[in-house]
Amino acid sequence: MAMVYERSEGLVNVQTHYCPGCTHGVIHKLVAEVLVELDVLGDTIGVAPVGCSVLAYDYFNCDMHEAAHGRAPAVATGIKRVKPNNVVFTYQGDGDLASIGTAEIVHVAHRSENITTIFVNNAIYGMTGGQMAPTTLIGQKATTAQAGRTVEGMGMPLRMSEMLATVPGAAYIERVSVHSPAAIRKAKKAIKNAFQYQLDGKGFSMVEVLSTCPTNWGINPVDSLKWLEENMIPYYPLGNFRTPGEEK
Amino acid sequence: MSKVLMKGNEAISEAAIRAGCKAFFGYPITPQNEIPEYMSREMPKNGGVFVQAESEVAAINMVYGAAGCGVRTMTSSSSPGIALKQEGISYIAGAELPCVIVNIVRGGPGLGGIQPAQSDYNQSTRGGGNGDYKLLVYAPGNLQEMVDLVQESFDKADYYRNPVMVVGDGMIGQMMEPIEFRPAPKMDLPAQPWATTGTKGERKPNIINSLFLKPEQLEDHNIRLTAKYATMKENEQRFETFNMEKAEVVCVAYGTTSRIVKNAIVALKEEGIEVGLIRPITLWPFPQKAFAEYPETAKSILCVEMSMGQMIDDIRIVNEGRLPVDFYGRSGGMIPTPEAIEEKLRSMVGGAK
Ligand SMILES: Cc1ncc(C[n+]2csc(CCOP(=O)(O)OP(=O)(O)O)c2C)c(N)n1
Ligand code: SF4
Repeated sequence: MAMVYERSEGLVNVQTHYCPGCTHGVIHKLVAEVLVELDVLGDTIGVAPVGCSVLAYDYFNCDMHEAAHGRAPAVATGIKRVKPNNVVFTYQGDGDLASIGTAEIVHVAHRSENITTIFVNNAIYGMTGGQMAPTTLIGQKATTAQAGRTVEGMGMPLRMSEMLATVPGAAYIERVSVHSPAAIRKAKKAIKNAFQYQLDGKGFSMVEVLSTCPTNWGINPVDSLKWLEENMIPYYPLGNFRTPGEEK
Repeated sequence: MSKVLMKGNEAISEAAIRAGCKAFFGYPITPQNEIPEYMSREMPKNGGVFVQAESEVAAINMVYGAAGCGVRTMTSSSSPGIALKQEGISYIAGAELPCVIVNIVRGGPGLGGIQPAQSDYNQSTRGGGNGDYKLLVYAPGNLQEMVDLVQESFDKADYYRNPVMVVGDGMIGQMMEPIEFRPAPKMDLPAQPWATTGTKGERKPNIINSLFLKPEQLEDHNIRLTAKYATMKENEQRFETFNMEKAEVVCVAYGTTSRIVKNAIVALKEEGIEVGLIRPITLWPFPQKAFAEYPETAKSILCVEMSMGQMIDDIRIVNEGRLPVDFYGRSGGMIPTPEAIEEKLRSMVGGAK
């Protein structure tokens, strides 16, 4: 019988710790498949963040390096500079990348470090129990914004892809989502592009992936996908924000 | 081999390159700027990497990444910058990676000043990072010792898979002395099968990590680390003694202050006052062995530091209440004069003889 679906060789065969319906797992799968398809798995060194994906190093079937909260881009810089022929990526949540690690992500783009960042935006702090993130939507409830986020005192949600697209060193910035099979296919294409940019030595590439957190949103997994589509995409439009040769 | 006249900070940089340092990550702060400047120029020529990071936080995390790949890596900074690096230092110690960290100390707290000080004793030996960890900490007293120790630090770091810190004060970083670059004694170094270099599909993934979610595992990790630190404590204590035979007062001083104390000791000897010196070369492990026995003449101990008195606690611990411990210190970038130290010592022995 023909095999129609199997676990990617890019992932280790272990049980997941992610909540049921959490799309972190889908995003792991896409990154792993891309690394295998580009035939670079054995050359890859990944950097895991702090957040729900802190255990990413248990899942990817390549060398991995755990980083302090927000510092993955700096750690990746150290790795890539001494191992320029390896493929280096960071996998970071929105708390990690858009809050405590804002300086590190801006500067890794600024130096056009030849690495790839997978930025998982679920608009909330998952691991620590649903506190507000810089990316939390206006009106969205969080344990530290119990009546819902307001602009006053909390600011507008930070659009990292748009912001990083203004950094001269950023080579490839795209925002995708994983709320539907079609969206997932597009997400994989963007992730593959991003790694291809690195392989071609073009500099910093980042894919922002809109993701769900059913547990802390307090919405079941299926409705979470709908909530993402209806609430996140209007504020975080999908698409490419930067490709090389294009001065914005 | 011939001697060269070099400024402290440049000598440190050259020593690191000769020791095979292949990656330097830094951020400017006075009085250690000559180190990143020298490295930016010389590292690429020597097949190495230099990055001026966006902050000390980023610099130490770059060190963390490069060290994970098994590459000899260094960073340098001065007091407030080292404070920022403590997060990364804790991670590096936790993940058991080798690296060398140079701290050219200036006065604090806070932004403090830019003049030499020794007020980072606690920051160096106790650390500001979280958790149970220790660094091997060297405090050279002259530039020759500085370059020798910097070279040796890379071997020690690799041997123990632990960060090594070299502490100089602004004085040592800025002054010039003739030095000779001699090959450091080579240790028998372990292979690095743990390094992240890509699996090439030939081995299981390597993971550089300090996260242990199961408390039993984290406790085991800490027990293992503590055993490593105990070995370091036994094998790495280093110190120099001076004029101890008939000493009435035993001075304890390291780095720049130890040089000034030596001058005071020589001057007092002419007055018939015998003062000895214990000079810690390792601040951690603190050289307990130097305090095992005092000369019969010894009546008291004087801790001399360019701080408000940070090393005094360690002296009290190893002294175990045997002799009274007194303190003389200057702070804020003030350097003690030999005359002032002599005066203090005279008062301790009841005046000139
Ligand atoms: C220095 C530091 N501060 C705070 C924390 C606590 N912390 C762990 S995960 C996290 C939030 C992570 O959120 P995000 O990056 O959005 O990832 P998610 O869990 O949503 O996937 C925080 C604040 C930490 N581990 N380290
Ligand atoms: S808390 Fe949220 S982000 Fe974390 S695993 Fe659960 S659903 Fe996913």
